[in-house]
This record gives sequence, C-alpha cells and structure tokens, in this order.
Amino acid sequence: MIEAHDLTKDYGDKRAVDHLSFTVKPGVVTGFLGPNGSGKSTTMRLILGLDAPTGGDVKVNGKHYREHKAPLHEVGALLEARSVHTGRSAYNHLLALAQTHGIGRKRVEELIDLVGLHEVARKRAGQFSLGMGQRLGIATALLGDPHTFLLDEPVNGLDPEGIHWIRNLLKALAAEGRAVFVSSHLMSEMAQTADHLIVIGRGRLIADTSVDEFVRRASGAVVLVRSPQATRLRDLLLGPGVTVTSDQPNVLEVAGVTSEKIGESAAANGIVLHELTTVQASLEEAFMELTRDDVEFKAAEAA
Amino acid sequence: MNSVAAPVIPRLEHTGRVTQARVVLSEWTKLRSVRSTLWSLGVAVLLTVGLPLLIATIRTTRAHPDRHGPSPLEIASAGVNISQLAIAVLGVLLITGEYSTGMIRATFTAVPTRLPVLWAKIGVYAVVSFVLMLPCVVIGFFGSQAILAHKNLGQISFSHPGVARTVIGGAVYLMLIGVFALALGAIVRSTAGGISAFAAIFFVIPPLLNILPSSWNNAIAPWIPDSAARAIFQLTHDAHSLSPAGGLAIFLAYIAAAVAVAAILLVRRDT
Repeated sequence: MIEAHDLTKDYGDKRAVDHLSFTVKPGVVTGFLGPNGSGKSTTMRLILGLDAPTGGDVKVNGKHYREHKAPLHEVGALLEARSVHTGRSAYNHLLALAQTHGIGRKRVEELIDLVGLHEVARKRAGQFSLGMGQRLGIATALLGDPHTFLLDEPVNGLDPEGIHWIRNLLKALAAEGRAVFVSSHLMSEMAQTADHLIVIGRGRLIADTSVDEFVRRASGAVVLVRSPQATRLRDLLLGPGVTVTSDQPNVLEVAGVTSEKIGESAAANGIVLHELTTVQASLEEAFMELTRDDVEFKAAEAA
Repeated sequence: MNSVAAPVIPRLEHTGRVTQARVVLSEWTKLRSVRSTLWSLGVAVLLTVGLPLLIATIRTTRAHPDRHGPSPLEIASAGVNISQLAIAVLGVLLITGEYSTGMIRATFTAVPTRLPVLWAKIGVYAVVSFVLMLPCVVIGFFGSQAILAHKNLGQISFSHPGVARTVIGGAVYLMLIGVFALALGAIVRSTAGGISAFAAIFFVIPPLLNILPSSWNNAIAPWIPDSAARAIFQLTHDAHSLSPAGGLAIFLAYIAAAVAVAAILLVRRDT
C-alpha cells in the first residue's frame, strides 16, 4: 500500500513532481505511466526516501519509508538503471544487502536460482547484460519477501521470455495480495500486466483509472489482420484516411477501415486471412492522446 | 499456452530488523568482495614492508655507506609515507564507489536511516587497515634494522624510548588517514574529487606554507592535518611540532569534524 498526498519535488527551479496524489492498493498491479522526464523515477525515489519531497507526503504500508525498522520486509524495489557495484558479484551484492536484515545465505541462493542467474552468480555484475542486471534487480526486490513492490522499468532490456516471466511474476505477486507498482514506457506492456493505471505528465497526475476505462476513453478502433499475403493486402487497403502499421511480418494494424471492408477486400482479391480482429485503440494511442493534451495545455499556459 | 509458468516465490520464514551489527557485517562483505580492496591493501602491504627493506638493503650494498643518510627509524617508516596514498584512495573509494555505480541507492533502500552505513564503513575500514598495517610496520622495522645491523650501520632498538610508539604510531597513522579519506569521500561523493581533496590537504598545502613568513609558518604549520598526523609517528619533536599525543588529539579533532560534516550531508542530501 502506497499513499501519496500532494507530493511535490523541485530540483532547483525545475519542478519534477507537481502536487501528485495517488494510492497504490494491494492485490492489483498498478502501472505507472508517463513520458520520459515526466517524474516517474523521481516519484519512486521519493517513495523510498532516497530524495526528500519539497512538499506533501508519501507513506508506504502506513509509515514514511525511513521509519520502517526492516524496510526490505516492507518494500521490494527495483531501481532505475543499475544500483549495483560493477565490481561485485551478484551473489555478494545480494548477500551484503541481505545481511543488513539478518537474511541468510540460503535465501540469497534460492533467489539467484529463481531469477536464473545461477551460472553467473560469481561473475562481476559489471559484465552483466542489461537483462541479467534486471534479473538481479528482481532478486534484490524479492529478498525480504515484502508486501509492496516498486519496480522502475523492469522489462527494460529483457528478451521476450524474460518479459513474459516478469509479467507472470507481477501478476502472481498481486494475486497473493501484495501491492505492485510498476513503471514502464511500454504502454502495450502495461495493457497486458496492469489492472490499474496512474498516468503522469510533467509531474502532474493525468489519469488514475482502470486499464479498461483508460482504453475506453481513447478514440478510434484498430483492426488487427494476420495474413501470409500481408504486403499485398496493405497495398490494397492503403488510401485516404487509412493508416496501416506493421510490427511483425504478416501482421497488420489497420486504422480507418472496418473489419467488414477488409474482409471483403481480401475475399475479392483471393487473399488468405488467418486473423481479423477489431481491437480497441492501443494503450499507446490513448496515452499519447492524454499526454498531448497536457503538453498543449502547458505550452498555452506558458505563452 | 504460456511456455513459462508463473514463478513460485519462496517464502521467507524469519524476518529481522536492521541493526548496527548487521550493517557492519554487510559492510565487511562489501569491503572484501571488490577487487579495488585487494589491490589497494596489497599495494599498502607491499610498500609498508618492502620499502624499509629495500632502502636498508641499498644502504648496505653501497661500498662506502653514507653516514649522513636517513636515520634507521626514518628507513623503518619510509613505507608509511607512500602507502598512505593507497590507504587513502581505498578510503575514498569505499564510499564514492557506491555513488559512481548507483549502489548507494540499494544501500540506502536497505538502511534508510543511512548513518549506520557511515559508522559501519568507518569501523570496518579502521579495524581492517589497523589489523593489516600493524604487522607490516613491525616487520618493516625489525627487517630493516636487521639488515642495517648486519653491516653495523647504526640500527635502533625497539626498546629505545619512543621507538615502539613510533612504529605502532605508523599503523595508527595509516588507519586514521583511511578514516579521514573515507569522510572526505562521503562529503564530495566523487572518486576524483575525494582523492583530489586528500592530495590537496596532505601534499599541496604543507609545502605552500613555506611561502609564508617563517614566524607565520612556524605558528600555523604544526596545526595542519598533515603535521598533526605525522607527530603520531615521528621520533623527534622540536619547538615547532606537536607532541605525539597532541598531534593525535588534533588529528582526531579534524577527523571528527570531517565525519560530522559527512554525517550531516549524508542524512540531508538527496541520493
């Protein structure tokens, strides 16, 4: 459980977090979204007591972070970038942190196995790939078996299998009744992981809503098409007011044409379809929509 | 459909709180688990033991040894003057290495009150450096004196008044230098800045004082950190230097001031 009230942080004359209030509840995954530089990492540092707020207040499990006598049992944190001495092995890194709470070597070894770092546990962390670094960060967060998790961009640098693993982990933690607060710039990732969203722009709260509600607020539908002749289909569909994007081969995301029209067009040209699905506007789009408003508002205000 | 099963997170039965003793154990683990520790302490050991032996050997191998060269005790403590740099660099690195790598955020997340971390770093490093340097200065002394005695070059006895204090004082000096450097590192939070600050205080300011009129120089020089600290392991003391106990007291006051500033900043500053 994380409760922020009117949280504000200035660095010099730049305001990084601006009167932010929100609650992260146990039992759900709460996504924390915002463009780069919107104050996500600053907010997380304020929650952990690493930075002191200029104004307002944030409590974790009922207390300020610094007041907890055994913080690793309260909050598990995966911090932005790396928070690991590059010259120390993963094992010794975890051990040193575990020892501050009297947590034993057995727990350290268990977690190294759990996150799949067994082979490299004795290597210097500076030689780790980004993905391995993230796995070590996850192990660090799990050390004290805490009630609340705070993860800053946990899927950064992970391979698809790792992303899948994290997604399942976060859901499993929430299903056990823990509070999970996870920031990401991958909006589509949040759609698959989070139940609730807190969206900020320029340090201000833009939305505090369920993921379903967030997507519903966004306009326009997209049709997902899967076809072995995707390239040909794209050429047929393209026209005024129609956008076609493709993230992977044989898959098209079409906006501006209904699924009926696409199906008819494909049939008329003898194109095989493997999938034809109308989907809600992507979270990315919904997010862009909301933050763009905020940016425009700010710009108009400044003028 | 999912190829990766939801991970089963092992439960932690026992839960404990943060104590100073646990933070000390954690800092001991940190100290022994990085290469810079092994390198710095290895160099310090090598220099503290090796230089007295080397200088004594060079003196004995010369056909006509110079009777007006360094005194036997100066030879014995020659290593301390150089190895202090390795001790100081490691002192700075123990804290700045955490800032430069981002480790400090993990450390302060585990120990959010922060001060136990500073006390533990100081305590662990003081004990480790003293326990390691004490045998080194003793071996350096007896080794160099044995070499000098072999050629009858006027060695000095350990039981001679002030000699034991001087030899052991060398290890005390190195330990305190390490603590002072650690505090400097905690204040400036950057490796380059910490080492520069140390070098300025111990290698740049002392010769600069010679520019001053000698009456000023004589009045100020004994009280600067370098002179006060050196009084701990110097055998002879003139009118313009502090007594060993006086030097120790003054240097401890400098350390206390540096540690106090470091502690205040550590608690107040954002990380």
